[in-house]
Amino acid sequence: MQRSFFFRNPSILVFIGLLAVFTLAVTLMSAGAGSGAISTSFVKTLGRTLCLCLVAIAMDVVWGYCGILSLGHFAFFGIGGYAIGMWLMYARTEEIVVSSLAGATLPPTPQEVSDAIGSQIFGVVGSSDFPAIWAFAHSLPLQLLAVVLVPGLLALVFGWLAFRSRVTGVYLSILTQAMTLALSLYLFQNDSGLRGNNGLSGLQNMPGEDLGQDVISIRFFWASALALGLGYVLFGWVVSGKMGSVIRAIRDDEARVRFLGYHVESYKLFVFTITAVVAGIAGALYYPQAGIINPAEIAPIASIYLAVWVAIGGRGRLYGAVIGAALVSLASTWFTGGGAPPIDLGFYRVIWTDWWLVLLGLVFVLVTLFFPKGIGGLVDLLGINRPVKQGRTGDYGPDVGAWRKREGEEE
Amino acid sequence: MTRGSKKPMRAFFLACALCLAAGAALAQDLQSLLQQNAEEIGDPSRRTIAEALEPVLESDLPQVLDFLERYAAREVWQRPEDGLFFYAEEGDDALTLIDIDTGEPVGTASSREMNNIRVNAGVRGVINSALVQFQLSDDDASRRIAALDAIARSPEPEHLAPLLNSIEDEPSPAIRERKERLASILTARFGESTEARVAAIDSMAGDTSIDVRATLNQILGASDEIGETLPEGENLAGERELTRDEAYAELAEEGLASPRVSDADIAAALQANIEGDAVAGVPVATMSDPAARIRAYEALAESGTVPPFVSEDEVDDLVDAYVYYQVYYEDDPAVTDAARGALGAIETRVALYQFADIALDALSLASIYFLAAIGLAITFGVMGVINMAHGEFIMMGAYTGYVVQQIVPDYTVSLVIALPLAFAVTFAAGVLLERLVIRHLYHRPLETLLATFGISIALQQLAKNIFGTQARPLTSPAWLGGQMEINDIISISNIRIAIFVLAAIFLVGLLLLLNRTRLGLEVRAVTQNPGMAASMGINPDRINMLTFGLGSGIAGIAGVAIGLYAQVTSEMGANYIVQSFMTVVVGGVGNVWGTLAGAGLIGILQKGIEWFNPSNTLAAQTYMILFIILFIQFRPKGIVALKGRAAGD
Repeated sequence: MQRSFFFRNPSILVFIGLLAVFTLAVTLMSAGAGSGAISTSFVKTLGRTLCLCLVAIAMDVVWGYCGILSLGHFAFFGIGGYAIGMWLMYARTEEIVVSSLAGATLPPTPQEVSDAIGSQIFGVVGSSDFPAIWAFAHSLPLQLLAVVLVPGLLALVFGWLAFRSRVTGVYLSILTQAMTLALSLYLFQNDSGLRGNNGLSGLQNMPGEDLGQDVISIRFFWASALALGLGYVLFGWVVSGKMGSVIRAIRDDEARVRFLGYHVESYKLFVFTITAVVAGIAGALYYPQAGIINPAEIAPIASIYLAVWVAIGGRGRLYGAVIGAALVSLASTWFTGGGAPPIDLGFYRVIWTDWWLVLLGLVFVLVTLFFPKGIGGLVDLLGINRPVKQGRTGDYGPDVGAWRKREGEEE
Repeated sequence: MTRGSKKPMRAFFLACALCLAAGAALAQDLQSLLQQNAEEIGDPSRRTIAEALEPVLESDLPQVLDFLERYAAREVWQRPEDGLFFYAEEGDDALTLIDIDTGEPVGTASSREMNNIRVNAGVRGVINSALVQFQLSDDDASRRIAALDAIARSPEPEHLAPLLNSIEDEPSPAIRERKERLASILTARFGESTEARVAAIDSMAGDTSIDVRATLNQILGASDEIGETLPEGENLAGERELTRDEAYAELAEEGLASPRVSDADIAAALQANIEGDAVAGVPVATMSDPAARIRAYEALAESGTVPPFVSEDEVDDLVDAYVYYQVYYEDDPAVTDAARGALGAIETRVALYQFADIALDALSLASIYFLAAIGLAITFGVMGVINMAHGEFIMMGAYTGYVVQQIVPDYTVSLVIALPLAFAVTFAAGVLLERLVIRHLYHRPLETLLATFGISIALQQLAKNIFGTQARPLTSPAWLGGQMEINDIISISNIRIAIFVLAAIFLVGLLLLLNRTRLGLEVRAVTQNPGMAASMGINPDRINMLTFGLGSGIAGIAGVAIGLYAQVTSEMGANYIVQSFMTVVVGGVGNVWGTLAGAGLIGILQKGIEWFNPSNTLAAQTYMILFIILFIQFRPKGIVALKGRAAGD
């Protein structure tokens, strides 16, 4: 079974191979484990990019394969980040507090330690008590569980409500966007218990271990690469075989699949939930490398950018999502970070920090209009993929009443 | 005026000429009136002064007011040998005496020869209230109002009688009404009899103004007390609800209990008493255990070094041993009961007014949502096109208004120019967008969403590049600046009324356009069935283009309106886009009435939630969105769902 699975999906093996080579190359050039040709901050950037690739794959599965344009997956990503961030912040602050209290004449009571941590963490929002939501922050296993469970349960409940009442298409998109907005507005409040718009900070340090940032960065890079590889295999398995066919069929004509006797809602719910869980894991790996998380990260626009990456990379193929996420996020870093040289037009100087978003927006419109297959579509030109017989597929988008290709040609 | 003099004859003639009606008056000048009680006026005391001044106050002489003011200001002198009163100007070495009737200098005297009349605070109080009587019946209305203001600012018991006396002769109905209100406020607090006070309090029920509420609250003022049992015979306001800690803190403050020793106090006391590596025999190393700390502290307390430790059980026992209650400062229970009743009635009314105020707020918020969403309702609802750049059209309209204001300095004129210009600009932008992008994506709604999102971020950044990141003001004309105040509680700013009117105009205009014109007919036809409409000779391309332009143009006008009361920034559109979509979806797609219902629901909901928790608008928005998510579960097609063939499915 395993052999045939990889045999039938050669792109997975190719991807894993490329990822391994890339990881090895970065490792050898990193400051923490190799020659130091790549700066620690760039290793972190690459590690973060891998996490974005992972969440992009999840987005691709839920949108490109299952046809649910979720504008909420970055919220799940953020929840994962918050879950791990709470432990990182708590443990780190505990270390600092314990070491500073060790110098006191009396050994501190547990209550004193807890109070000191509380006032350190919540001083910025004018409080020193631990909110109920921090009840498990002291325990790494419990918070790791939360990374998986909270996005999973939220997606399960939300998806169950939405799919049960047959909310589809753009309505579902708007509904997921509303959910994301509600979550970010909630987190923006100071009394949400998660430090309001200050967010959680100082996440780049590993509590309990005395390691330099160079070592920590390369370890997180490895973890991100491993997660991306495993995620790719997982979703490769989900979208292949019979289940994959049903999922794609739901995208193309939900009613027809329902009449064929499949329980469409369960499939959709499964896809929605498992992608949310993976998004949460990706977030949990991303934010320790970013060092800080705040509610602005969860704002609805972030989820739309996620869709943009997948669309530019190419929907309906996993490597397309990876290409899109990596390319656009790295280009974004390059352009907005001042890396791109300004263009002098004589009458106007194009400074890319100002014009990058304009460029991205226009490129995105052009890609949507003229290259619906995205960058990944270029692979088809190489003829590696098995050619799909002409006339057997329509690519007019996953929606109720989507026109088949023939109908489109008639118009 | 040269009325009156020391010559009796002249005074007599004048008196005959002017005061025939008051012929009973024996003395016609102020000096002789004062001389009737010269002794008491020369050495005034609080008890006698009112009686001594009575003849003066009862006369109608115009000099009385001036005299009383100067008397209270200690500017009146008495000559000991004959007891006459003078004003005096202090010169270098002598006083210039001034006649109190004529106001003319009549001689000089050394200050040793004259007695300055000492007026103490009690006397001044009496005089001031006597003065109030004059001011309250002054011929000048502004002085009467000033006197009323002064009384309202610091009401005194002495004011009551002159106020009541002045009501009858008050010529101006408005001032008379004010006087009556003020009189009942004063009666409520200082009235002689319980019946009068209760009657005054009862008459105030239903008056929501702040001074009435302040008066009633003052009557209901109470002191916090602690006792072992509830006292008999006092006007009890009720028992107080205290937490255990608060109650104990009060006991400690009253000296009924020894203060609690906090953990920090314990730590400090232990640190101060470390001997070697132990405190009172307890080793320091074990001190991370709170129980060990308490043991050591109790040992210290026994030896008398530190205050005794109060255990939790002791706290409970002590707190339970006392009752905590409030006693009214006012002794008369009938008065406090009446005041409580009146205040309750007023508070009910205030709550009602507040509800009306919130309802007005909700209405204006709903109009804003309606304005922001109605354009979207046309493009999304009628054409089925998701336009994420709709918010940026709003922004574009607002910036158009800003640019017009930079060129045309008159705010009214610029507003008149800006509204149609904003429509034209965004109409053109909408048609352009439809021709270039959306036309190609009609059968791919999700991709329209994404493509228009691309447009949206490009436009947003473009606006940032052109106008900068800081907020630009869009100043409203002066006639839109004020606010309409219905009473102390209900008020609404004119700008919000204007937005409401604008929304109403749009509603009516769109209904007419869609239901009464050829274009509207064609739009509805294309909406329901483009193929059939095309067979009937309607050009769907043209209709789609015009419809999209119309929706965008309305967004532009909405942008000007929103910009007038909020700041114009490049992100202002993005703030409205999600709410606008929710308005359309909640209301029901494809229907102007639906959008109205959606905007109304969302506006009312948001303000309603804010009412429960006014400090936190973020929370209100969060809960509103959650409600909408749930609402859509139960009515996926919105409030006003199209039925039958019109529904399109």
